[in-house]
Amino acid sequence: MQPGKFTERVLFLLALSSISSLALITIFIFLEGAPLIYFVGLKNFLASSHWAPTKGHFGILAMIVSSLLVTLGAMVIGMPLGLSCAIVLAEFSPTRLKLVLKPTLELLAGIPSVVYGFLGVVWLVPLVRDHLGGPGLSLLAATIILGIMILPTIISISIDALSAVPALYREGSIALGATQWQTVRRVVLPAAASGIMTAIILGMGRAVGETMAVIMVAGNALKLPTSILDPVRTLTSNIALELGYAAGRHREALFATGIVLFVIIMILNLSATLVTRRR
Amino acid sequence: MTPYREPPDSRPASLPHLLAVCLLSLPLLTGAWGCKGGPEPAAHGVCIAGSTSVQPFAEKLAEIFMHQHPRMRVDVQGGGSSAGIQAATQGAANLGASSRELLGPEKQLIEVPIAYDGIAVIVHPANPLNDLSVAQLKEIFMGKFTNWRDLGLPPREMDVINREEGSGTREAFEHLVMGKVEVSPAAMVQDSNGAVREIVAGDPNAIAYISAGLVDHRVKALTIEGVAPTPENVKNHTYKLRRRFLLVSREAPTGSCQQFVDFVLSPPGQQILEKEGLVGIQ
Repeated sequence: MQPGKFTERVLFLLALSSISSLALITIFIFLEGAPLIYFVGLKNFLASSHWAPTKGHFGILAMIVSSLLVTLGAMVIGMPLGLSCAIVLAEFSPTRLKLVLKPTLELLAGIPSVVYGFLGVVWLVPLVRDHLGGPGLSLLAATIILGIMILPTIISISIDALSAVPALYREGSIALGATQWQTVRRVVLPAAASGIMTAIILGMGRAVGETMAVIMVAGNALKLPTSILDPVRTLTSNIALELGYAAGRHREALFATGIVLFVIIMILNLSATLVTRRR
Repeated sequence: MTPYREPPDSRPASLPHLLAVCLLSLPLLTGAWGCKGGPEPAAHGVCIAGSTSVQPFAEKLAEIFMHQHPRMRVDVQGGGSSAGIQAATQGAANLGASSRELLGPEKQLIEVPIAYDGIAVIVHPANPLNDLSVAQLKEIFMGKFTNWRDLGLPPREMDVINREEGSGTREAFEHLVMGKVEVSPAAMVQDSNGAVREIVAGDPNAIAYISAGLVDHRVKALTIEGVAPTPENVKNHTYKLRRRFLLVSREAPTGSCQQFVDFVLSPPGQQILEKEGLVGIQ
Protein backbone atom coordinates (compact mmCIF):
# COMPACT_ATOMS: atom_id res chain seq x y z
CA MET A 1 0.00 0.00 0.00
CA GLN A 2 1.18 3.49 -0.76
CA PRO A 3 2.17 5.40 2.36
CA GLY A 4 -0.26 8.17 1.41
CA LYS A 5 -3.17 5.77 1.21
CA PHE A 6 -2.22 4.26 4.56
CA THR A 7 -2.20 7.63 6.31
CA GLU A 8 -5.52 8.39 4.74
CA ARG A 9 -7.04 5.19 6.12
CA VAL A 10 -5.69 5.78 9.62
CA LEU A 11 -7.05 9.30 9.65
CA PHE A 12 -10.38 8.02 8.37
CA LEU A 13 -10.57 5.51 11.23
CA LEU A 14 -9.71 8.18 13.76
CA ALA A 15 -12.41 10.41 12.34
CA LEU A 16 -14.88 7.55 12.57
CA SER A 17 -14.00 6.96 16.22
CA SER A 18 -15.00 10.48 17.19
CA ILE A 19 -18.24 10.22 15.25
CA SER A 20 -19.01 6.81 16.68
CA SER A 21 -18.55 8.09 20.22
CA LEU A 22 -21.17 10.71 19.40
CA ALA A 23 -23.42 7.99 18.02
CA LEU A 24 -22.82 5.86 21.11
CA ILE A 25 -23.71 8.70 23.44
CA THR A 26 -26.88 9.37 21.48
CA ILE A 27 -27.96 5.73 21.44
CA PHE A 28 -27.11 5.35 25.09
CA ILE A 29 -29.10 8.38 26.23
CA PHE A 30 -32.12 7.26 24.26
CA LEU A 31 -31.90 3.63 25.35
CA GLU A 32 -31.66 4.65 28.98
CA GLY A 33 -34.23 7.41 28.93
CA ALA A 34 -36.92 6.23 26.50
CA PRO A 35 -38.36 3.47 28.75
CA LEU A 36 -39.22 6.07 31.37
CA ILE A 37 -40.99 8.30 28.86
CA TYR A 38 -42.90 5.23 27.68
CA PHE A 39 -43.65 4.32 31.31
CA VAL A 40 -45.08 7.66 32.43
CA GLY A 41 -46.33 8.83 29.05
CA LEU A 42 -44.93 11.73 27.05
CA LYS A 43 -47.69 14.04 28.19
CA ASN A 44 -47.19 13.38 31.91
CA PHE A 45 -43.47 13.77 31.43
CA LEU A 46 -43.50 17.02 29.51
CA ALA A 47 -46.66 18.71 30.76
CA SER A 48 -46.49 18.15 34.52
CA SER A 49 -44.40 20.11 36.98
CA HIS A 50 -44.53 17.53 39.74
CA TRP A 51 -41.01 16.15 40.06
CA ALA A 52 -40.53 13.67 42.91
CA PRO A 53 -38.76 10.80 41.17
CA THR A 54 -38.36 8.62 44.25
CA LYS A 55 -42.11 8.89 44.82
CA GLY A 56 -43.12 8.21 41.24
CA HIS A 57 -43.70 11.71 39.88
CA PHE A 58 -41.72 12.59 36.79
CA GLY A 59 -42.95 15.93 35.44
CA ILE A 60 -40.27 18.22 34.01
CA LEU A 61 -42.38 21.09 32.69
CA ALA A 62 -41.02 23.57 35.25
CA MET A 63 -37.47 22.68 34.27
CA ILE A 64 -38.13 23.04 30.55
CA VAL A 65 -39.73 26.42 31.16
CA SER A 66 -36.85 27.45 33.43
CA SER A 67 -34.24 26.34 30.92
CA LEU A 68 -35.95 28.32 28.18
CA LEU A 69 -36.41 31.39 30.41
CA VAL A 70 -32.81 31.35 31.56
CA THR A 71 -31.64 31.02 27.95
CA LEU A 72 -33.96 33.76 26.75
CA GLY A 73 -32.76 36.02 29.57
CA ALA A 74 -29.14 35.28 28.74
CA MET A 75 -29.83 36.25 25.13
CA VAL A 76 -31.53 39.48 26.20
CA ILE A 77 -28.36 40.41 28.09
CA GLY A 78 -25.72 38.78 25.92
CA MET A 79 -26.99 39.62 22.46
CA PRO A 80 -26.98 43.44 22.51
CA LEU A 81 -23.74 43.53 24.51
CA GLY A 82 -22.00 40.93 22.37
CA LEU A 83 -23.17 42.33 19.07
CA SER A 84 -22.29 45.93 19.84
CA CYS A 85 -18.91 44.80 21.12
CA ALA A 86 -18.32 42.82 17.91
CA ILE A 87 -19.36 45.76 15.72
CA VAL A 88 -17.09 48.18 17.56
CA LEU A 89 -14.16 45.80 17.42
CA ALA A 90 -14.63 44.77 13.80
CA GLU A 91 -15.62 48.08 12.27
CA PHE A 92 -14.71 51.02 14.45
CA SER A 93 -11.53 50.23 16.27
CA PRO A 94 -7.93 50.57 15.14
CA THR A 95 -6.24 47.26 14.33
CA ARG A 96 -3.89 47.54 17.28
CA LEU A 97 -6.75 47.84 19.78
CA LYS A 98 -8.47 44.91 18.13
CA LEU A 99 -5.30 42.84 18.44
CA VAL A 100 -5.33 43.40 22.19
CA LEU A 101 -9.06 43.22 22.86
CA LYS A 102 -10.08 40.18 20.85
CA PRO A 103 -7.73 37.70 22.56
CA THR A 104 -8.69 39.20 25.92
CA LEU A 105 -12.34 38.53 25.19
CA GLU A 106 -11.55 35.03 24.08
CA LEU A 107 -9.79 34.51 27.39
CA LEU A 108 -13.20 35.03 28.96
CA ALA A 109 -14.27 31.79 27.29
CA GLY A 110 -11.44 29.96 29.00
CA ILE A 111 -12.57 30.80 32.52
CA PRO A 112 -14.05 27.64 34.06
CA SER A 113 -17.77 27.88 34.65
CA VAL A 114 -17.36 27.04 38.32
CA VAL A 115 -15.47 30.34 38.68
CA TYR A 116 -18.37 32.23 37.13
CA GLY A 117 -20.67 30.38 39.49
CA PHE A 118 -18.53 31.21 42.49
CA LEU A 119 -18.37 34.88 41.59
CA GLY A 120 -22.12 34.74 41.14
CA VAL A 121 -22.66 33.28 44.59
CA VAL A 122 -20.39 35.60 46.52
CA TRP A 123 -21.04 38.79 44.60
CA LEU A 124 -24.10 38.80 42.39
CA VAL A 125 -26.47 36.79 44.59
CA PRO A 126 -26.13 39.01 47.69
CA LEU A 127 -26.49 42.05 45.43
CA VAL A 128 -29.77 40.72 44.05
CA ARG A 129 -30.98 39.71 47.50
CA ASP A 130 -30.18 43.03 49.17
CA HIS A 131 -31.42 45.34 46.44
CA LEU A 132 -34.23 43.50 44.70
CA GLY A 133 -35.46 41.07 47.33
CA GLY A 134 -36.12 37.35 47.19
CA PRO A 135 -33.52 34.76 48.11
CA GLY A 136 -30.95 36.09 45.65
CA LEU A 137 -30.43 32.68 44.10
CA SER A 138 -32.74 33.31 41.20
CA LEU A 139 -33.67 33.26 37.56
CA LEU A 140 -32.24 36.78 37.36
CA ALA A 141 -28.85 35.81 38.80
CA ALA A 142 -28.59 32.82 36.45
CA THR A 143 -29.59 35.02 33.53
CA ILE A 144 -26.91 37.62 34.26
CA ILE A 145 -24.15 35.07 34.77
CA LEU A 146 -25.09 33.22 31.58
CA GLY A 147 -25.42 36.49 29.69
CA ILE A 148 -21.78 37.18 30.52
CA MET A 149 -20.67 33.62 29.85
CA ILE A 150 -22.02 33.56 26.31
CA LEU A 151 -20.36 36.87 25.37
CA PRO A 152 -17.11 35.36 24.06
CA THR A 153 -18.99 32.95 21.80
CA ILE A 154 -21.20 35.67 20.37
CA ILE A 155 -18.42 38.23 20.04
CA SER A 156 -15.77 36.11 18.40
CA ILE A 157 -18.08 34.44 15.89
CA SER A 158 -19.73 37.78 15.06
CA ILE A 159 -16.35 39.42 14.53
CA ASP A 160 -15.40 36.63 12.15
CA ALA A 161 -18.68 37.09 10.30
CA LEU A 162 -18.19 40.84 10.05
CA SER A 163 -14.58 40.52 8.93
CA ALA A 164 -15.63 38.07 6.23
CA VAL A 165 -17.68 40.79 4.50
CA PRO A 166 -15.55 41.87 1.53
CA ALA A 167 -13.90 45.29 1.88
CA LEU A 168 -15.34 46.05 -1.56
CA TYR A 169 -18.83 46.39 -0.05
CA ARG A 170 -17.67 48.96 2.48
CA GLU A 171 -15.67 50.92 -0.08
CA GLY A 172 -18.59 50.93 -2.47
CA SER A 173 -20.94 52.19 0.18
CA ILE A 174 -18.59 54.89 1.39
CA ALA A 175 -17.90 55.95 -2.20
CA LEU A 176 -21.64 56.50 -2.58
CA GLY A 177 -21.49 59.01 0.25
CA ALA A 178 -22.71 56.87 3.15
CA THR A 179 -21.20 57.51 6.57
CA GLN A 180 -19.33 54.73 8.29
CA TRP A 181 -22.28 53.95 10.59
CA GLN A 182 -24.69 53.91 7.64
CA THR A 183 -22.33 51.52 5.88
CA VAL A 184 -22.22 49.20 8.85
CA ARG A 185 -25.96 49.27 9.41
CA ARG A 186 -27.19 49.06 5.84
CA VAL A 187 -24.42 47.08 4.13
CA VAL A 188 -22.09 45.16 6.44
CA LEU A 189 -24.64 43.90 8.97
CA PRO A 190 -27.08 42.51 6.38
CA ALA A 191 -24.19 40.87 4.53
CA ALA A 192 -22.96 39.25 7.77
CA ALA A 193 -26.47 38.39 8.99
CA SER A 194 -26.24 34.63 8.64
CA GLY A 195 -22.88 34.53 10.45
CA ILE A 196 -24.29 36.65 13.25
CA MET A 197 -27.33 34.37 13.50
CA THR A 198 -24.97 31.43 13.88
CA ALA A 199 -23.15 33.28 16.66
CA ILE A 200 -26.42 33.88 18.45
CA ILE A 201 -27.63 30.31 18.06
CA LEU A 202 -24.33 28.87 19.28
CA GLY A 203 -24.50 31.29 22.21
CA MET A 204 -27.96 29.97 22.97
CA GLY A 205 -26.63 26.42 22.83
CA ARG A 206 -23.98 27.35 25.36
CA ALA A 207 -26.61 28.93 27.62
CA VAL A 208 -28.95 25.93 27.45
CA GLY A 209 -26.13 23.53 28.16
CA GLU A 210 -24.35 25.35 30.96
CA THR A 211 -24.64 23.45 34.22
CA MET A 212 -22.18 24.25 36.99
CA ALA A 213 -22.60 28.00 37.14
CA VAL A 214 -26.37 27.66 36.93
CA ILE A 215 -26.56 25.12 39.75
CA MET A 216 -24.61 27.50 41.93
CA VAL A 217 -26.68 30.64 41.36
CA ALA A 218 -30.15 29.54 40.27
CA GLY A 219 -31.39 28.08 43.58
CA ASN A 220 -32.69 24.89 41.90
CA ALA A 221 -36.25 25.05 43.25
CA LEU A 222 -38.77 22.84 41.45
CA LYS A 223 -41.58 25.38 41.23
CA LEU A 224 -42.62 27.09 38.01
CA PRO A 225 -41.15 30.57 38.41
CA THR A 226 -43.60 33.43 38.75
CA SER A 227 -41.04 36.23 38.96
CA ILE A 228 -37.46 36.75 37.85
CA LEU A 229 -36.48 36.73 41.54
CA ASP A 230 -37.73 33.15 42.00
CA PRO A 231 -35.21 30.32 42.22
CA VAL A 232 -35.38 27.95 39.25
CA ARG A 233 -33.99 24.58 38.20
CA THR A 234 -32.88 23.99 34.63
CA LEU A 235 -32.75 20.66 32.79
CA THR A 236 -28.97 20.43 33.05
CA SER A 237 -28.97 21.28 36.76
CA ASN A 238 -31.54 18.58 37.37
CA ILE A 239 -29.35 15.91 35.82
CA ALA A 240 -26.18 17.03 37.55
CA LEU A 241 -27.83 17.49 40.95
CA GLU A 242 -29.41 14.09 41.13
CA LEU A 243 -27.33 11.75 38.97
CA GLY A 244 -24.97 10.95 41.82
CA TYR A 245 -27.50 8.89 43.74
CA ALA A 246 -30.17 8.02 41.24
CA ALA A 247 -31.12 4.40 40.62
CA GLY A 248 -33.86 2.63 38.70
CA ARG A 249 -36.69 4.81 37.40
CA HIS A 250 -35.10 7.90 38.88
CA ARG A 251 -31.98 7.32 36.85
CA GLU A 252 -34.01 6.68 33.71
CA ALA A 253 -35.89 9.90 34.38
CA LEU A 254 -32.61 11.81 34.42
CA PHE A 255 -31.64 10.27 31.10
CA ALA A 256 -35.07 11.20 29.79
CA THR A 257 -34.32 14.77 30.92
CA GLY A 258 -31.15 14.36 28.87
CA ILE A 259 -33.22 13.36 25.83
CA VAL A 260 -35.25 16.56 26.10
CA LEU A 261 -32.05 18.57 26.42
CA PHE A 262 -30.56 16.67 23.51
CA VAL A 263 -33.55 17.47 21.31
CA ILE A 264 -33.44 21.17 22.27
CA ILE A 265 -29.74 21.43 21.49
CA MET A 266 -30.12 19.48 18.25
CA ILE A 267 -32.82 21.89 17.13
CA LEU A 268 -30.53 24.84 17.94
CA ASN A 269 -27.56 23.34 16.13
CA LEU A 270 -29.60 22.30 13.10
CA SER A 271 -31.04 25.78 12.79
CA ALA A 272 -27.52 27.19 13.03
CA THR A 273 -26.43 24.90 10.19
CA LEU A 274 -29.47 25.78 8.09
CA VAL A 275 -28.97 29.51 8.63
CA THR A 276 -25.33 29.34 7.56
CA ARG A 277 -26.07 27.19 4.57
CA ARG A 278 -28.67 29.61 3.23
CA ARG A 279 -25.97 32.06 2.20
CA MET B 1 -21.86 23.12 71.30
CA THR B 2 -18.29 22.02 70.90
CA PRO B 3 -17.17 22.74 67.38
CA TYR B 4 -15.95 19.41 66.17
CA ARG B 5 -13.89 18.71 63.14
CA GLU B 6 -15.58 18.95 59.80
CA PRO B 7 -16.33 15.57 58.36
CA PRO B 8 -15.90 15.56 54.61
CA ASP B 9 -19.04 16.43 52.76
CA SER B 10 -21.57 13.73 52.19
CA ARG B 11 -21.12 14.00 48.48
CA PRO B 12 -18.17 14.35 46.13
CA ALA B 13 -17.93 18.03 45.32
CA SER B 14 -17.16 17.68 41.67
CA LEU B 15 -20.34 16.06 40.52
CA PRO B 16 -21.19 17.99 37.44
CA HIS B 17 -18.29 17.02 35.26
CA LEU B 18 -18.82 16.64 31.59
CA LEU B 19 -22.13 14.98 31.02
CA ALA B 20 -20.51 12.88 28.36
CA VAL B 21 -18.03 11.42 30.78
CA CYS B 22 -20.85 10.41 33.11
CA LEU B 23 -22.82 8.91 30.31
CA LEU B 24 -19.92 6.94 28.97
CA SER B 25 -18.89 5.61 32.33
CA LEU B 26 -22.36 4.65 33.49
CA PRO B 27 -22.73 1.39 31.60
CA LEU B 28 -19.59 0.25 33.38
CA LEU B 29 -21.20 0.96 36.70
CA THR B 30 -24.77 -0.14 36.13
CA GLY B 31 -25.66 -3.17 38.11
CA ALA B 32 -22.03 -3.66 38.90
CA TRP B 33 -21.72 -2.02 42.29
CA GLY B 34 -19.31 -3.97 44.33
CA CYS B 35 -15.68 -4.71 44.21
CA LYS B 36 -13.13 -5.55 41.65
CA GLY B 37 -12.80 -9.24 41.07
CA GLY B 38 -16.47 -10.05 40.75
CA PRO B 39 -18.96 -11.32 43.27
CA GLU B 40 -16.51 -13.32 45.36
CA PRO B 41 -14.07 -10.91 47.01
CA ALA B 42 -10.61 -12.11 47.93
CA ALA B 43 -10.21 -14.12 51.13
CA HIS B 44 -8.38 -11.44 53.08
CA GLY B 45 -10.20 -8.54 51.45
CA VAL B 46 -13.21 -6.72 52.84
CA CYS B 47 -15.33 -4.79 50.44
CA ILE B 48 -17.68 -2.04 51.59
CA ALA B 49 -20.02 -0.28 49.22
CA GLY B 50 -22.80 2.18 49.79
CA SER B 51 -23.80 5.47 51.35
CA THR B 52 -21.81 8.48 50.30
CA SER B 53 -22.46 9.87 53.79
CA VAL B 54 -20.71 6.91 55.37
CA GLN B 55 -17.97 6.61 52.75
CA PRO B 56 -15.47 9.18 54.12
CA PHE B 57 -15.71 7.69 57.61
CA ALA B 58 -15.43 4.14 56.31
CA GLU B 59 -12.36 5.15 54.32
CA LYS B 60 -10.73 6.61 57.39
CA LEU B 61 -11.50 3.47 59.40
CA ALA B 62 -10.24 1.25 56.58
CA GLU B 63 -7.00 3.18 56.36
CA ILE B 64 -6.25 2.73 60.05
CA PHE B 65 -7.45 -0.87 60.08
CA MET B 66 -5.15 -1.74 57.17
CA HIS B 67 -2.30 -0.01 58.91
CA GLN B 68 -2.81 -2.25 61.92
CA HIS B 69 -3.37 -5.39 59.84
CA PRO B 70 -0.98 -5.07 56.92
CA ARG B 71 -2.14 -8.31 55.32
CA MET B 72 -5.77 -7.25 55.06
CA ARG B 73 -7.37 -5.16 52.34
CA VAL B 74 -10.45 -3.03 52.82
CA ASP B 75 -11.99 -1.48 49.74
CA VAL B 76 -14.50 1.31 50.25
CA GLN B 77 -16.82 2.44 47.49
CA GLY B 78 -19.67 4.93 47.25
CA GLY B 79 -22.85 4.58 45.24
CA GLY B 80 -25.52 5.51 47.77
CA SER B 81 -27.32 3.67 50.55
CA SER B 82 -29.66 1.80 48.24
CA ALA B 83 -26.86 0.61 45.99
CA GLY B 84 -24.87 -0.49 49.04
CA ILE B 85 -27.77 -2.45 50.49
CA GLN B 86 -28.33 -4.03 47.10
CA ALA B 87 -24.66 -4.93 46.80
CA ALA B 88 -24.74 -6.55 50.23
CA THR B 89 -27.94 -8.45 49.37
CA GLN B 90 -26.40 -9.81 46.18
CA GLY B 91 -23.08 -10.51 47.82
CA ALA B 92 -21.23 -8.13 45.49
CA ALA B 93 -19.89 -6.44 48.60
CA ASN B 94 -19.18 -8.01 51.99
CA LEU B 95 -20.66 -5.05 53.78
CA GLY B 96 -23.14 -2.48 52.60
CA ALA B 97 -23.00 0.98 54.15
CA SER B 98 -26.30 2.71 54.75
CA SER B 99 -27.16 6.11 56.17
CA ARG B 100 -30.84 5.22 56.28
CA GLU B 101 -32.86 2.54 58.05
CA LEU B 102 -33.56 -0.70 56.23
CA LEU B 103 -36.97 -0.91 54.58
CA GLY B 104 -39.30 -3.86 53.94
CA PRO B 105 -37.47 -6.89 52.55
CA GLU B 106 -34.11 -5.27 53.27
CA LYS B 107 -34.75 -6.01 56.94
CA GLN B 108 -33.66 -9.61 56.31
CA LEU B 109 -30.09 -8.32 56.20
CA ILE B 110 -27.98 -8.25 59.31
CA GLU B 111 -27.43 -4.67 60.42
CA VAL B 112 -24.65 -3.33 62.60
CA PRO B 113 -25.17 0.28 63.72
CA ILE B 114 -21.78 2.01 63.84
CA ALA B 115 -22.56 5.64 64.66
CA TYR B 116 -25.14 8.39 65.02
CA ASP B 117 -25.21 11.58 63.04
CA GLY B 118 -27.34 14.51 64.17
CA ILE B 119 -29.12 16.72 61.68
CA ALA B 120 -28.97 20.37 62.73
CA VAL B 121 -31.51 22.94 61.61
CA ILE B 122 -29.62 26.12 60.84
CA VAL B 123 -30.47 29.78 60.30
CA HIS B 124 -28.44 32.95 59.84
CA PRO B 125 -26.80 34.11 63.12
CA ALA B 126 -28.78 37.37 62.93
CA ASN B 127 -32.05 35.49 63.00
CA PRO B 128 -33.70 35.93 66.45
CA LEU B 129 -35.24 32.46 66.25
CA ASN B 130 -33.75 29.94 68.66
CA ASP B 131 -36.08 27.00 68.90
CA LEU B 132 -38.51 25.06 66.73
CA SER B 133 -40.73 22.06 67.27
CA VAL B 134 -40.66 19.20 64.80
CA ALA B 135 -44.25 20.10 63.85
CA GLN B 136 -43.26 23.71 63.07
CA LEU B 137 -40.28 22.47 61.09
CA LYS B 138 -42.58 20.28 59.03
CA GLU B 139 -44.92 23.18 58.34
CA ILE B 140 -41.99 25.32 57.23
CA PHE B 141 -40.64 22.71 54.86
CA MET B 142 -44.03 21.74 53.42
CA GLY B 143 -44.53 25.36 52.44
CA LYS B 144 -47.28 26.26 54.90
CA PHE B 145 -45.17 28.97 56.52
CA THR B 146 -43.57 31.21 53.93
CA ASN B 147 -42.88 34.26 56.05
CA TRP B 148 -40.99 34.60 59.32
CA ARG B 149 -44.05 36.53 60.54
CA ASP B 150 -45.84 33.16 60.79
CA LEU B 151 -43.45 32.28 63.61
CA GLY B 152 -43.96 35.61 65.39
CA LEU B 153 -40.76 37.16 64.04
CA PRO B 154 -40.32 40.37 62.03
CA PRO B 155 -42.00 39.91 58.63
CA ARG B 156 -39.51 38.77 56.03
CA GLU B 157 -39.85 36.15 53.36
CA MET B 158 -38.56 32.78 54.39
CA ASP B 159 -35.95 31.11 52.15
CA VAL B 160 -36.23 27.38 52.68
CA ILE B 161 -33.30 25.31 51.47
CA ASN B 162 -33.55 21.60 50.83
CA ARG B 163 -31.05 18.97 49.67
CA GLU B 164 -31.28 17.21 46.33
CA GLU B 165 -33.39 14.12 45.81
CA GLY B 166 -31.39 11.03 46.73
CA SER B 167 -29.18 12.73 49.32
CA GLY B 168 -28.83 10.67 52.50
CA THR B 169 -29.22 13.75 54.68
CA ARG B 170 -32.44 14.66 52.89
CA GLU B 171 -33.72 11.12 53.17
CA ALA B 172 -33.10 11.17 56.91
CA PHE B 173 -34.68 14.61 57.27
CA GLU B 174 -37.78 13.55 55.35
CA HIS B 175 -38.05 10.42 57.43
CA LEU B 176 -37.63 12.26 60.73
CA VAL B 177 -39.60 15.41 60.04
CA MET B 178 -41.77 15.24 56.95
CA GLY B 179 -43.29 11.78 57.21
CA LYS B 180 -45.27 11.20 54.04
CA VAL B 181 -45.55 14.89 53.18
CA GLU B 182 -43.38 16.23 50.37
CA VAL B 183 -41.09 19.21 50.79
CA SER B 184 -42.51 22.27 49.03
CA PRO B 185 -41.39 22.62 45.41
CA ALA B 186 -40.69 26.27 46.18
CA ALA B 187 -37.79 25.26 48.42
CA MET B 188 -34.36 25.88 46.96
CA VAL B 189 -32.07 22.92 46.49
CA GLN B 190 -28.32 22.76 47.09
CA ASP B 191 -26.29 19.66 46.45
CA SER B 192 -23.98 19.48 49.45
CA ASN B 193 -23.90 20.26 53.17
CA GLY B 194 -21.20 22.81 52.43
CA ALA B 195 -23.21 24.63 49.78
CA VAL B 196 -26.24 24.75 52.08
CA ARG B 197 -24.17 26.21 54.92
CA GLU B 198 -22.64 28.76 52.55
CA ILE B 199 -26.07 30.02 51.48
CA VAL B 200 -27.42 30.16 55.04
CA ALA B 201 -24.32 32.05 56.21
CA GLY B 202 -25.06 34.74 53.64
CA ASP B 203 -28.85 34.87 53.67
CA PRO B 204 -30.53 36.34 56.78
CA ASN B 205 -33.88 34.86 55.72
CA ALA B 206 -32.72 31.31 55.15
CA ILE B 207 -33.51 28.12 57.01
CA ALA B 208 -31.98 24.75 56.19
CA TYR B 209 -30.64 21.52 57.65
CA ILE B 210 -27.15 20.03 57.57
CA SER B 211 -25.16 17.31 59.24
CA ALA B 212 -24.60 18.44 62.86
CA GLY B 213 -20.84 17.92 62.59
CA LEU B 214 -20.66 20.67 59.98
CA VAL B 215 -22.23 23.48 61.99
CA ASP B 216 -19.78 26.34 62.47
CA HIS B 217 -19.86 29.89 63.81
CA ARG B 218 -21.19 31.38 60.58
CA VAL B 219 -24.59 29.75 61.06
CA LYS B 220 -26.83 29.24 64.06
CA ALA B 221 -28.08 25.77 64.95
CA LEU B 222 -31.57 25.85 66.41
CA THR B 223 -32.63 23.80 69.38
CA ILE B 224 -35.35 21.32 68.50
CA GLU B 225 -38.02 21.26 71.19
CA GLY B 226 -35.51 22.78 73.55
CA VAL B 227 -32.66 20.37 72.83
CA ALA B 228 -29.47 21.47 71.11
CA PRO B 229 -27.79 19.17 68.55
CA THR B 230 -24.73 18.47 70.68
CA PRO B 231 -22.98 15.09 70.52
CA GLU B 232 -24.21 14.30 74.05
CA ASN B 233 -27.84 14.99 73.16
CA VAL B 234 -27.57 12.98 69.96
CA LYS B 235 -26.08 10.10 71.89
CA ASN B 236 -28.62 10.02 74.72
CA HIS B 237 -31.51 10.22 72.23
CA THR B 238 -32.89 13.53 73.54
CA TYR B 239 -32.15 15.32 70.26
CA LYS B 240 -34.85 14.18 67.88
CA LEU B 241 -33.23 14.68 64.48
CA ARG B 242 -30.61 12.01 64.32
CA ARG B 243 -29.87 9.13 62.00
CA ARG B 244 -27.91 5.94 62.30
CA PHE B 245 -25.07 4.82 60.10
CA LEU B 246 -25.30 1.09 59.46
CA LEU B 247 -23.13 -1.64 58.05
CA VAL B 248 -25.28 -4.40 56.60
CA SER B 249 -24.48 -7.87 55.37
CA ARG B 250 -26.24 -10.92 54.00
CA GLU B 251 -24.82 -13.31 56.56
CA ALA B 252 -23.19 -12.77 59.91
CA PRO B 253 -19.74 -11.35 59.10
CA THR B 254 -16.90 -13.85 59.39
CA GLY B 255 -13.12 -13.76 59.05
CA SER B 256 -11.57 -10.48 58.02
CA CYS B 257 -15.01 -8.95 57.68
CA GLN B 258 -15.77 -9.78 61.30
CA GLN B 259 -12.43 -8.34 62.34
CA PHE B 260 -13.18 -5.08 60.59
CA VAL B 261 -16.64 -4.78 62.14
CA ASP B 262 -15.16 -5.53 65.57
CA PHE B 263 -12.57 -2.85 64.95
CA VAL B 264 -15.23 -0.28 64.01
CA LEU B 265 -17.17 -1.03 67.19
CA SER B 266 -14.10 -1.15 69.43
CA PRO B 267 -13.24 1.93 71.51
CA PRO B 268 -10.42 3.01 69.15
CA GLY B 269 -12.70 2.65 66.12
CA GLN B 270 -15.47 4.63 67.79
CA GLN B 271 -12.97 7.27 68.84
CA ILE B 272 -11.96 7.71 65.22
CA LEU B 273 -15.59 8.27 64.25
CA GLU B 274 -16.10 10.76 67.07
CA LYS B 275 -12.97 12.61 66.10
CA GLU B 276 -14.35 12.88 62.57
CA GLY B 277 -17.54 14.55 63.82
CA LEU B 278 -19.95 11.66 64.36
CA VAL B 279 -21.41 10.38 67.59
CA GLY B 280 -20.32 6.90 68.62
CA ILE B 281 -22.85 4.14 69.13
CA GLN B 282 -21.25 2.55 72.18
